[in-house]
Amino acid sequence: MAVAAPTQTMNNVEAVRATLYEALKADPRTIVLGEDVGARGNVFLITKGFIEEFGPERIVDTPLAEASIVGIAVGMAMEGLRPIAEIQFADFIYPAFNQIVGEAAKTRYRSNGDYTCPLVIRTPYGGGVRGALSHSVSIEALFYHVPGLKIVAPSFPADIKGLLTSAIEDPDPVLFLEHKRTYRLVKGEVPTGRYTIPIGKADVKRAGDQLTVVSYGLYVHQALDAAARLEGDGMSIEVIDLRSIRPMDKGTILESIRKTRKLLIVHEDNKFGGIGAEIAAMVAEEAFFDLDAPIRRLCGPDVPAMGYAAPLEEEFMISTEQMAETMRELVRF
Amino acid sequence: MAKAIESPSFERYGLDDDRLRWMLRNMHLQRTLDNRGFQLNRQGKIPFATGSEGHEGIHAGAAVAFSRGKDVLVPYYRDIGLCLGIGMDPLEALLSMFARGADRSGGRQFPNHFTSKAIGMLSISSIIAAHCPHAVGVAYAMKYRKETDRAVLCCFGDGATSEGEWHESVNFAAVHRLPIVFLCENNEWAISTPRERQMAIADVVQKAAGYGIPGVIVEGADPLAVYKTVKDALDRARSGGGPTLVEAKCYRFLSHTTDDDDRTYRSREEIEKHRHLDPVPRFERLLIECGIVTDEGIAEIKKEVLAQVNEVTDRAEAMPFPAPQELYTNVYEGTHEPWL
Ligand SMILES: Cc1ncc(C[n+]2csc(CCOP(=O)(O)OP(=O)(O)O)c2C)c(N)n1
Ligand SMILES: [Mg+2]
Repeated sequence: MAVAAPTQTMNNVEAVRATLYEALKADPRTIVLGEDVGARGNVFLITKGFIEEFGPERIVDTPLAEASIVGIAVGMAMEGLRPIAEIQFADFIYPAFNQIVGEAAKTRYRSNGDYTCPLVIRTPYGGGVRGALSHSVSIEALFYHVPGLKIVAPSFPADIKGLLTSAIEDPDPVLFLEHKRTYRLVKGEVPTGRYTIPIGKADVKRAGDQLTVVSYGLYVHQALDAAARLEGDGMSIEVIDLRSIRPMDKGTILESIRKTRKLLIVHEDNKFGGIGAEIAAMVAEEAFFDLDAPIRRLCGPDVPAMGYAAPLEEEFMISTEQMAETMRELVRF
Repeated sequence: MAKAIESPSFERYGLDDDRLRWMLRNMHLQRTLDNRGFQLNRQGKIPFATGSEGHEGIHAGAAVAFSRGKDVLVPYYRDIGLCLGIGMDPLEALLSMFARGADRSGGRQFPNHFTSKAIGMLSISSIIAAHCPHAVGVAYAMKYRKETDRAVLCCFGDGATSEGEWHESVNFAAVHRLPIVFLCENNEWAISTPRERQMAIADVVQKAAGYGIPGVIVEGADPLAVYKTVKDALDRARSGGGPTLVEAKCYRFLSHTTDDDDRTYRSREEIEKHRHLDPVPRFERLLIECGIVTDEGIAEIKKEVLAQVNEVTDRAEAMPFPAPQELYTNVYEGTHEPWL
C-alpha cells in the first residue's frame, strides 16, 4: 500500500524559497543573481539568509541593470553554470527584452545546438497589491510569442516547487512568473524532498462537465471559488490551471472542451493579443464543432495599466462575482 | 637562396620568426577570404558578405595573445581574422558564406557569425553589443570556478560602445574584477555614422575611467603592438587584476557590408588619406626590412593562401544546403512539437 508522502504547509513565497534553497544545496553550479537578493534577501524576503549560507559569489547582488542581469546569466549558462536570474518586478523586465527574446531564446537555435542556455528568469508579476502602473503588470503575452523560450506561471505552492525544480533543471531558458498577490495569500501542502512537475502540463484543479474554465495565476483561485459557489446552484464547472503558458497543454484543454462543450478563459493580462486569444483561436480551429456556445474571455481591460487609486485597481481586476456571473451565463447558454 | 639581410632591431616581444611569418600569413588569409566573399556576392553566388579590411593587424596580434584551449573569444562579425587565428578552419568561413548545412550554425546565421565551442568561440547574434554581457557571464564563471589560467576576450566596434548593454557589461566586470579584456576595434565608422557623431570624446578608452578600469590605446595597424597590449591585458585579467579596455585604432577600408555603398557618405580621398593605416603592406615592409621574409617569400605566402581559399571555396560550394526540415530542429532540447 502506498504511504502518503510527508508534506509541509507553505505559502507561495515559502515554496519559491524552499525550492531555490534546495537547488543551491544540490548543485554548486547554481547561482542566484539580481537586485537586492543578497543582504536584503530579495524585496519579498525570498532569498533571506542565502548570502550568509552560500556566499556572495553564489548570491550575487547585481548593479541596477536588468539587460545585463539576464545577459550575464546567458553567458554563465553558456559556460556551464546554472544561473537563476531575478528581475525584481516584472515591470522592470523591459530593458532585458532583447536579452530574453533576441539572445537567450535563440542561443541553441542559432548555434545549431553547439551552445545552450539553461537559464531561469524569475519575476513577480500581477496586480491586486496597490502596485500602481509599474508594480502590477502582467508580461506573459509579450513573451509567449517567442519560440525557444518556456514560460511557467504556477500559483499553488506544490506546483511552484515542482515546476521551479523542473525550470532549474531544464536545458533551455525558462521565464518563471510568480503572481505576487498569491505570495502570502495562497497556502497549501507541499511534498518534502525533491520532485518535478513537467513543464507544459496543465492541471485540472476542479472537475466538472458543464463548462471549462481555463486560467492561471491569481485568477485560478478566484475561478475555483466561483465554481464552488455555483455548485450550490447545481452547476458543474471544470477549472484548468494552465501552469505552463509555453509550451501549452493543448491536449488537456481540448479533452475538457469535448466533455463540457463550453469554454471560458480568464486572465489578468490584456485581452487583445493575450494568452486567451491564442487558446480561443486554437479551440476554434480544432474543436469548433464540439462547442455549444461562443467562447468567452474575461481579461484585463484595454488600458495601459491599473491605477494606484483603489477604484482604478478594482476596475481593472476581475472580481470573483464577475467570474461567477459569466460562468452562470455560459452554463445556461 | 636569398641573401640574409642585416636585421635592424625592433621590438618583437619574444615572438620568433616563424610566429611572425604565421601572423603575416593569417593577415593574407583574412584579406583573401574577405575578397572572396565580396567576389562571390558580385557573382550572385551568395546573398551577403562582410569585409574586415583594415582590421587584420588587430586580429593577428590578438590571436597570438589568446591562449588556445583555455581562453574564450566572444567575437563580433568583423573578427574573421581573429577566429581563423585562434584555430578556425578557413572552410568554416566559406560554409558560412554559402550557408551550407555543414556550417556550424547549420546555415542559419549570417556570414561571419561564427561559433565553435570546441575552440572556445561563443555563438553571437547580429545585435550590436548583445554579446558583451555574455562575455562577462563567461568571465564570471571562470572566476567563480577559480580557473586562474583562463580569461575572456570580448570584441566589438566603436559604435557598440554607445549601447547600454556595453556599458552595463563593463560596469559589472569592473565591480567584480572579472578576467576579461574588452577589445574595441575602432575603425572610425558605424555604417555611415562617423566617430564624432557617435561620441563626444576623442578616444573610446576615455570611457574606461567611468568604470574604474584601465584603458589602453594601441595602433591597430601594428600587430606586434596589439599582441603586446592584449597579452598584457589578458595576463592581468588571469592574475586577478580585473578587466582592461583596449582601444585598437584602425580604419574600415571597405563598405560596411555588400549591402552598403560607402560612396553615399564618405569620399574616396578620405579613404586614401588613411591608406598608411593598411596593416598588411606595413607588416610586410617591416618583416622584409628585418630579413624575416623576402619579396619572394611573400609571393609564396599569397600564392599558397589563394590556393587554399580556392580549394575551400570549391569544397564548400559543392556541399548541400540544409534540408528544409532543419528549420524545426534545435528550438529546444529534443524534438520540438511546433504549435500548428
Ligand atoms: C542593436 C543593433 N542596432 C543596429 C544594428 C545595425 N548595425 C549593424 S552593424 C552597425 C554598425 C556597428 O558599428 P561598430 O560597432 O563601429 O562596428 P563596425 O561595423 O564598424 O566594425 C549597425 C548600426 C544592429 N545590428 N544591432
Ligand atoms: Mg566601427
